[in-house]
Amino acid sequence: MSTTVLLAVTGLGLGALYFLVAAGLSLIFGLMDVLNFAHGALLSVGAYATWWAAGGHLPGAGSGGFGFVLAVCFGTAVGTVAAVVLELALIRPLYDRPREQVLATVGVGLAVPALLSAIWGPDARPFPGPAALSGTFGLLGARIPVNRLVLIGAAAVVLVALRLFLGGTRHGLVVRAGVEDRAMVTALGIDVRRAFTLVFAIGGAAAALGGALGGLYYGSVDPGQGTSLLIFAFVVVVIGGTFGAGGSGAATGSVAGAALAAVVVGLVQQFANYYTASGLGDLAVVVLLAVLLLLKPGGVTGRLA
Amino acid sequence: MSTEPLLAVRGLAVVIGGRHILHGVDLDVAPSGVTALLGRNGAGKTTTVRGVLGLVPRTGSVRFLGEETVRLATHALVRRGVGYAPEDRGIFAALTVAENLRLAERPGAGGPAYGLVHELFPELKARAKQLAGTLSGGQQQMVAIGRTLLNGNRLIIADEPTKGLAPKVVTEVARVLERAAQAVPVLLVEQNLAMVRRLAEHCVVLADGRTAHRGPAADLLADPEATRRLLGVGRRADAVSEENPMAPQDTGTAATSAADSGKAGA
Ligand SMILES: Nc1ncnc2c1ncn2[C@@H]1O[C@H](COP(=O)(O)OP(=O)(O)O)[C@@H](O)[C@H]1O
Ligand SMILES: [Mg+2]
Repeated sequence: MSTTVLLAVTGLGLGALYFLVAAGLSLIFGLMDVLNFAHGALLSVGAYATWWAAGGHLPGAGSGGFGFVLAVCFGTAVGTVAAVVLELALIRPLYDRPREQVLATVGVGLAVPALLSAIWGPDARPFPGPAALSGTFGLLGARIPVNRLVLIGAAAVVLVALRLFLGGTRHGLVVRAGVEDRAMVTALGIDVRRAFTLVFAIGGAAAALGGALGGLYYGSVDPGQGTSLLIFAFVVVVIGGTFGAGGSGAATGSVAGAALAAVVVGLVQQFANYYTASGLGDLAVVVLLAVLLLLKPGGVTGRLA
Repeated sequence: MSTEPLLAVRGLAVVIGGRHILHGVDLDVAPSGVTALLGRNGAGKTTTVRGVLGLVPRTGSVRFLGEETVRLATHALVRRGVGYAPEDRGIFAALTVAENLRLAERPGAGGPAYGLVHELFPELKARAKQLAGTLSGGQQQMVAIGRTLLNGNRLIIADEPTKGLAPKVVTEVARVLERAAQAVPVLLVEQNLAMVRRLAEHCVVLADGRTAHRGPAADLLADPEATRRLLGVGRRADAVSEENPMAPQDTGTAATSAADSGKAGA
């Protein structure tokens, strides 16, 4: 029983991490048809910026209490800025050339880990965090690490905030409309490129927050973290697409679908890794993806078309 | 007659995927009333409208209110005062009626004219919270036209607003466009010649991606031979009731050699 509880909460924590990456991926893809292979790099930027700040390099920031909150805010802000720069400098100039655009994001996705590795070395660095978040608490007989809850809570807040943004603001309305028909949005006199920059900023912020809190989850940062998380985040986006209600691929639906898919993927991975051989969890996720695609091909092509 | 056209298009050319769709369209929209853009299926009417708006890559000259706009992005031209109701209606199916209208709001003098839109289309008010994708075709067309009336636009472009609608709805659309045209010039793409007869003063006819004829709409419609040659035969000229037949004779405004090679298939 206690093992099941621990696996479930850990799976949810992992799912929360996937969601923080997948939310932006899915919004960016839905609005712009851009597969952002640099999204994992944004997570890494957030993770390293938080690690750097929490290590005492940023005045006021540190590894405990308010200092750590400040470090996380700093990491999130750096990731947000990096995402905006990426959109303005690379994605926008290549907007008429989708193939080059994909190559550019792949390039950034490879260059950023290489750069981090060149500056701080290829090995994992211990991630400083407040004592309060490194402990455990008891739940139904299991000892649960507190950092899982932090991740789950942060993902829930991001999910609610995204829904409020999409459903309750004019910018959110423009994003939802743009997901349906970008050209018509511009034909109503709206500069849809501003929405592009905005979803990159939002997606970058969520991914960077995931990087900052992922440091707590893993206890360390390393240059490759973002890339490996990105693969599962893509799986989450595609599976989330199959959950969408019969092709009415609204932005709100894709975010909700990503949240649900992130939970499923995180749980499947954890349980399969524990109850079969370690490593089979990753395989199980891919099998799940394949089965869903075979059972419900329309749901995905509807979103990917 | 005022001299300068509201919209002056010269030598508009559009190439999509290596295929030349427009070869040089010339078109003026008069500063008042309705200008009809006519032509058989596939003649290039929709592409002309999309080219004017910059929704497809284009070359040539597009002057709006005296300003060259061919290098402007679509949204920038629209903000200068263009309302556009596209051929497929351009409805956001997953948004509500109210959200579809709200998207069209633009900052400007007086704010959005919801009073006018709801007066013309009371149904849109009643269905404000309904998802636009669940509306009938006629109701969707009302949303599309409503969006063009919300702002103090200087030009309304409507691409086949009566296509696929029941005769009763066609009459309603005609009534609304007639009223709108009293305040704002309209560029109307239309296959329904009764609509053209009732609304349009001027017309431009396209054939195979070129301007084949320009002149008073009444003159063209009064010449059965020219109408048949430029627009094809057997158009549904019955959907809008009309009392007075048009003026007697025309003077054949030299419809250029639009030798309909018959390759303009649907
Ligand atoms: N995006 C496109 N790609 C390729 N061909 C197109 C495209 N849009 C229109 N066409 C072609 O251009 C021609 C003119 O189309 P269109 O402007 O829609 O005509 P109309 O509105 O007068 O019926 C047609 O032969 C059509 O098949
Ligand atoms: Mg057309």
